[in-house]
Amino acid sequence: MNKSEFLAALRERLNGVPEEDINKSLDFYGEMIDDRVEDGMSEEEAVGALGSMEEIINQILSEVSLPKLVKEKVKPKQALKAWEVVLLVLGAPVWVPIILALCSVVLSCYLVVWVMIISLYALDLSVAFSGLAMVATAFASLVQGQFAVFGMMFGCGLMAVGLSILLFFGFNLVTKGILWLSKKILIGIKGLFIKK
Amino acid sequence: MDIQLKRGLLDVCVLAAIKNEDSYGYQIIKDMKPYVEISESTLYPILRRLEKAEMLTVRSAEHNGRLRKYYHIEEAGLKRIEDFKEEWKEIMSIYSFVAREEHNNE
Repeated sequence: MNKSEFLAALRERLNGVPEEDINKSLDFYGEMIDDRVEDGMSEEEAVGALGSMEEIINQILSEVSLPKLVKEKVKPKQALKAWEVVLLVLGAPVWVPIILALCSVVLSCYLVVWVMIISLYALDLSVAFSGLAMVATAFASLVQGQFAVFGMMFGCGLMAVGLSILLFFGFNLVTKGILWLSKKILIGIKGLFIKK
Repeated sequence: MDIQLKRGLLDVCVLAAIKNEDSYGYQIIKDMKPYVEISESTLYPILRRLEKAEMLTVRSAEHNGRLRKYYHIEEAGLKRIEDFKEEWKEIMSIYSFVAREEHNNE
């Protein structure tokens, strides 16, 4: 692939990304190719040295916000005609609720991710506190002379505290996984907007 | 290496590459190459991010009949480099402690 083929292919694949972002990245990669050519490479080698097209597209997508992509998608290609405006207004009772519903779905997806993470740590804290409470109760029964009860409560309490510490490390890993996954999904969703 | 960590490190590397004089994309990659190899697709979002954070500014200048973008470091960028150096003094002292422990165990 030479320079103009590469830039054309990149533009084609970025269809749906705001024009300003496309131009900025094409400028950047074009300049990179020119500089490499000046350094003694052929155009084909220079294009090859840029890395894979997928990688380039993913990096550009991760910088463009989702609302921007949606806006680009729904932006009319030319000015609306009078009858289209009338239709839009008359149709408002139908499409406004649909848009609202879509927005709430996206919002609730975000919420679910954060609530999942918060609930993990809430669970961990509650295990830790119940352990501490059991240890405290154990000493209360010791004062009353109930040694068997003391032994059981004290042991269970320590176990719960230990478990909460282990869970904490486990949950840290799970959280990392969730965040990684949600990032991947976001890139995937953004990808849908630039596909035809 | 941890991705988040590497990302932060590369930001500082790019700032360091334009610290003494304004530079352009390909030159930054070449300057960094002996120390750390980065690709264009990695450099591009870093430059955009640093520009948004106002750590650097971009200007276009003519070169051989075409436009080339030169990156200029700003006050916030210089501060980022200084902060980084301070942070790493601490990390290096932790490293020397860890390395010493390993040495003693041998």
